[in-house]
Amino acid sequence: MSALIWILGALIVMAGAGWLLRAVGQKVTNNAPKWRDMPFAVAFGYVVAAAAILAVLYAFVQAYSSDPIVANTYFYAWFVIVSFIFFAVVAWLFRLLGRAVGTAGSRKLFRQMPLTASFGIITILVYAFVAIFADFLAPFAQDAFPGAINVAPGGDPATGGDPNYLLGTDKRGGDILSRIIYGAQNTVGIAFITTLLAFFIGGTLGFLAAIGGGWIDQVLSRGIDVLMAIPSLIFSLLLMTIALVWADGNATFITVSMIIIIAVIDSTRVFRLSRAVGLGIVVMDYIEAARLRGEKFGYVMFREILPNATAPLLAEFGLRFCFVFLTIASLSFLGVGIQAPLADWGSMVRDGAPFIQNLSIINQEWVLQADEATLEMIGIDKMVRQASLPLIPAAAIALLTVAVNFVVDWMLHRSSGLKE
Amino acid sequence: MGSILRIILQRLALGVLTLIIVSLVIFAAVNALPGSFATAILGQAATPEAVAAMEQTLGLDKPAVTRYFSWLFAAVQGDFGTSLSQANFASFAGSVADTGVTVADTLAPRFRNTLFLAGLTALIAVPVAVTLGVLAALYRNSAFDRATNIFTLSSISSPEFFMAYVLILFLAVLNPWLPSLSNISDDMTLGERVRTSMLPALTLTLIVTAHMMRMTRAAIINLLASPYIEMARLKGMSPFRVIVKHALPNALAPIVNVIALNLAYLITGVVVIEVVFVYPGIGQLFVDSVKTRDIPVVQACCLIFAAAYILLNLLADVLSIISNPRLRHPK
Amino acid sequence: MSRLLTMKDIWIEGRSDETWNPIINGVDLHLDRGEVLGLIGESGAGKSTMGLAAMGYCRDGVRISKGSVEFDGTELTTASAAVKRGLLGKRIAYVAQSAAASFNPAHKLIDQHSEAPVQHGVSSRAESSRDGMELYEKLRLPNPDTIGFRYPHQVSGGQLQRAMTAMAMACRPDLIIFDEPTTALDVTTQIEVLASIRDIVEQFGTAAIYITHDLAVVAQMADRVKVLLKGDEVETNETREMLANPQQEYTKSLWSVREFERPAKPAVSTGTTPVVSVDNVTAAYGTVNVLNEVSFDIHQGRTVAVVGESGSGKSTTARCITGLLPPKVGGISFDGATLPLSYKSRTKDQLRQVQMIYQMADTALNPRMSVGNIIARPVEFYLGLKGAEKRRRVDQLLEQIELEPSQYYDRLPSELSGGQKQRIGIARALAAEPRMIICDEVTSALDQLVAEGILRLLAELQDKLGLAYMFITHDLATVKAIADEVVVMKDGRVVEQGPKAEMFQPPHHPYTDLLLSSVPEMDPDWLTNLLAERGVDNIGDAAVDKM
Repeated sequence: MSALIWILGALIVMAGAGWLLRAVGQKVTNNAPKWRDMPFAVAFGYVVAAAAILAVLYAFVQAYSSDPIVANTYFYAWFVIVSFIFFAVVAWLFRLLGRAVGTAGSRKLFRQMPLTASFGIITILVYAFVAIFADFLAPFAQDAFPGAINVAPGGDPATGGDPNYLLGTDKRGGDILSRIIYGAQNTVGIAFITTLLAFFIGGTLGFLAAIGGGWIDQVLSRGIDVLMAIPSLIFSLLLMTIALVWADGNATFITVSMIIIIAVIDSTRVFRLSRAVGLGIVVMDYIEAARLRGEKFGYVMFREILPNATAPLLAEFGLRFCFVFLTIASLSFLGVGIQAPLADWGSMVRDGAPFIQNLSIINQEWVLQADEATLEMIGIDKMVRQASLPLIPAAAIALLTVAVNFVVDWMLHRSSGLKE
Repeated sequence: MGSILRIILQRLALGVLTLIIVSLVIFAAVNALPGSFATAILGQAATPEAVAAMEQTLGLDKPAVTRYFSWLFAAVQGDFGTSLSQANFASFAGSVADTGVTVADTLAPRFRNTLFLAGLTALIAVPVAVTLGVLAALYRNSAFDRATNIFTLSSISSPEFFMAYVLILFLAVLNPWLPSLSNISDDMTLGERVRTSMLPALTLTLIVTAHMMRMTRAAIINLLASPYIEMARLKGMSPFRVIVKHALPNALAPIVNVIALNLAYLITGVVVIEVVFVYPGIGQLFVDSVKTRDIPVVQACCLIFAAAYILLNLLADVLSIISNPRLRHPK
Repeated sequence: MSRLLTMKDIWIEGRSDETWNPIINGVDLHLDRGEVLGLIGESGAGKSTMGLAAMGYCRDGVRISKGSVEFDGTELTTASAAVKRGLLGKRIAYVAQSAAASFNPAHKLIDQHSEAPVQHGVSSRAESSRDGMELYEKLRLPNPDTIGFRYPHQVSGGQLQRAMTAMAMACRPDLIIFDEPTTALDVTTQIEVLASIRDIVEQFGTAAIYITHDLAVVAQMADRVKVLLKGDEVETNETREMLANPQQEYTKSLWSVREFERPAKPAVSTGTTPVVSVDNVTAAYGTVNVLNEVSFDIHQGRTVAVVGESGSGKSTTARCITGLLPPKVGGISFDGATLPLSYKSRTKDQLRQVQMIYQMADTALNPRMSVGNIIARPVEFYLGLKGAEKRRRVDQLLEQIELEPSQYYDRLPSELSGGQKQRIGIARALAAEPRMIICDEVTSALDQLVAEGILRLLAELQDKLGLAYMFITHDLATVKAIADEVVVMKDGRVVEQGPKAEMFQPPHHPYTDLLLSSVPEMDPDWLTNLLAERGVDNIGDAAVDKM
């Protein structure tokens, strides 16, 4: 309740500040149009933005506090700020590079590119690189358990780390860094294959329905409607149950059936889109012209329709890939997806989860009352570092899906902009 | 008014039909299992007597069509059969019939909890999302719009558990404000319940708000481009009046649609979130049953999720029909 | 008369691809009280932008970069939003092109009518509603007392356009901007809207800027005409003076377009087999008949123009001939032999003989195929030419449509202008070496000058190759220019048919008469005379309904 009062109070203060800001602005600039016609919401927005920037700066400074408890508390905020700036700089540099080298066309592309898209592209490239060369990059094999168990991330012995295992080790002594790198290969690779399969199934049927029309379209569309009436994660969990019973503990079988199940479920969405795209093209006069010319199905499909469908389909591929990737990660996180010994990010999140939960429970119960000696004794530094264990693989997943979405968003924006 | 009623009835009938077919799909999927699943559950080493007893308990000895209809009719009356894990336990204990906990008993309180969580989320998310969406549309291409675009796109594309653990880290671990385990129980007061469910609700809010906001923004931008909005401006109407009197009545249909669709999305999102926060809802039960291969429970949960999903989509459909002036005032 | 609006040295820019591009380049405009100024130009001339700028309003992504707009002593470019709001709707009103889209679908007409007077504090709700009904009556809307209680989608397009004029009049403004108010309407509907707009503007002595691309319309409406071309002013003059003797080359060329007319060819001798014969065709979408007992012949080297308003069944007839919509009754014969009803059962050679050119060149050309490939496909498909031979034929076709082969062969459709795209459509049809070409409204999406070029080209090709044309159009000027024979259609039936000379001479079928007389002419007295002839209650929809 008190939190609510604080939030309300802060809002009222900021609203007042916004009103003041506008009044002062009007006075100082002698009613320049910008301030004269400024709605209150905009002035309020400026104040909120200023407050947010101040809060970020405060957190950043606090991370350098000499009090270890305070420094620990702001460690993650500091990390988030630093990595945000890092990514922004990398994206900016990458865009600069793209503007300087390459063909005239590619340079023009980079000139109009927002930073988010540039960030997306370079992130996807890095992931692809890591996935392809995982065998060379990873310090340890994915099924090796070289270290002590539960080494904290950070590589600093003072906080329970080990320089050999930069991101620490898991509960069986596996190197987290190596498993993250192999995870790129497994999780991303499997998601990619699944998406391809979904596109093959959904795309073929979708275009068939669009061109064929009539009863083919009716039967396929109604069938897909029914399948889409079941939420996809729920449906995949149901089918995975059956696969689990069927597999009887065979890990490869479970993984393969997961690929097929997700591909089939996801192909319903691909079907919808490719049918819609196909229908949009089929009504065009140039398709009618081709039909009246007496062209065969194959020519109409491959020469007239598909070349015009590539842009929306490519964007959709990005979105579907994200969706498939997240579904696989969720299933693995729930324990019914990619199975050991394959390293995989979803299961790594699940394995790391207890650390963050334990720390939160300890914190809730008595850290606030505890003195520094007690904290030293239970190794609070190490625990704070270990709390990041579920976050590292989760962030690895999030980073890729966010990157893909940024690129897709830009592509969609571009194609809609071209239509105008 | 007659035609609109007819359209709505048609949609309702279609919804019921879809639900029946979905139930058939769920049933058929489970029955596609090779051999007897009693064997699969009890393991290869089970005695033939135990398997037969189990099959009889579950009615597995009857033909599939009979089983489907008796399952469906029972399900409609709220009886989802006996939980397998319970039946399994009971059969080992020697007494086969009537001692097992029914699926409905397990489901009912958890279903209530899930509804509570979804309701709490909707209560926070809907007003926030609609307000922010309208603001982003009004000030599109401003710094505010760009910032929210990046933020919402990120939270949509991140996995649910990532958002969940980030929130736990900042709101439960680093600043111990909210509990990270949502072990709610019936004897809690409403305030305690809300506090305990706050983190899962906030996580869901983040995701759902992002979706809802983007869709609201798109709907409003679409609307603001209409000639009649320009006309209202050219009639000298104030920006406030343009929004309230001219945009809103027409935006109602798309916004209501967006809300219903996102509540439907909540249904799926709730599964992972409940597992992260150990929230005693139907989603967690579902995942546990998947792992223990408790098929009657899985079937029941699936049917409930699908029904809720279909119902909300149906609601979206019906509401957008009702709020369409062209249909409300036919020629 | 006193000066009402003065726009001085107006420069307007539009934003695209992150840069500001000019739309209007330093145009002056002034308007006295009670004066009507016609603003004409082709698409892209910036006339709508100029009209909105007169209200001190810019659409999103458009700005007035320089110049001043002074309305009755108020400078609009620097006025605050509140001051502008006080003028808009009250003293300056706007009538949009599409009334159907510009009325809010959620409110009744009368509520939208009284919104401005009530909000601007001009009159009470009851007063303005009563006034609205009076205006509806003045504008000759049917049931003026009750039509206001309908929603926009319950009222027809022509009526909505008049209701919008009434709405603009609600506060008795000093100035109304009419932005192409009749462009989207059929000719018979257009005329009643024109008549009522002119009446009401005269009656209240309102000043108006009338924006249109149609010279004949502007001749009826305006006291003075200003011609714009790509954001530059070409010339301004009194309407009669301007029509009688235009000064600039561009204006002269606009005027001369109307003069292209090819003499009709002599009628074919009886007994000649027509190239295509439509025989008693009845066709339906589902169970609703859209064509009823349609029959006509198309002869070698002749042009048959099929005329009618939207929904009259002209395009459906084309679909029956091509076999896209197999008729329910009747049939199509080619060179005397009956064609299979569906295109699917026709032979390659039968398909080759009848080609089609579409209205929207944008959707008729595959945007991912180069011009060369688009034309080469029928050459290869029907005639089996390959390699250098094929290339030679394509070059030849490009020359025939007056495009330089080396320059255009590799271009994509998006790199061509509207007229060039339409020429590619013609070349693709010619490539099949057909006997007949169906032209479906091929000039209606083009500006007049470009359209004229296309018509000349088609006429020339017909003489050279002896092609038969079926020319679908709603524009009687086009019919006059190119047809040998005319078929008039209404509601899926042929109302009248015969040689052009006969069709344009009385006596006509009443509908043909209405259609013909409704086409605006360049004579500024045309509308006045016509109304005197027909009587105010006997124009437009009312006249159609009486048939």
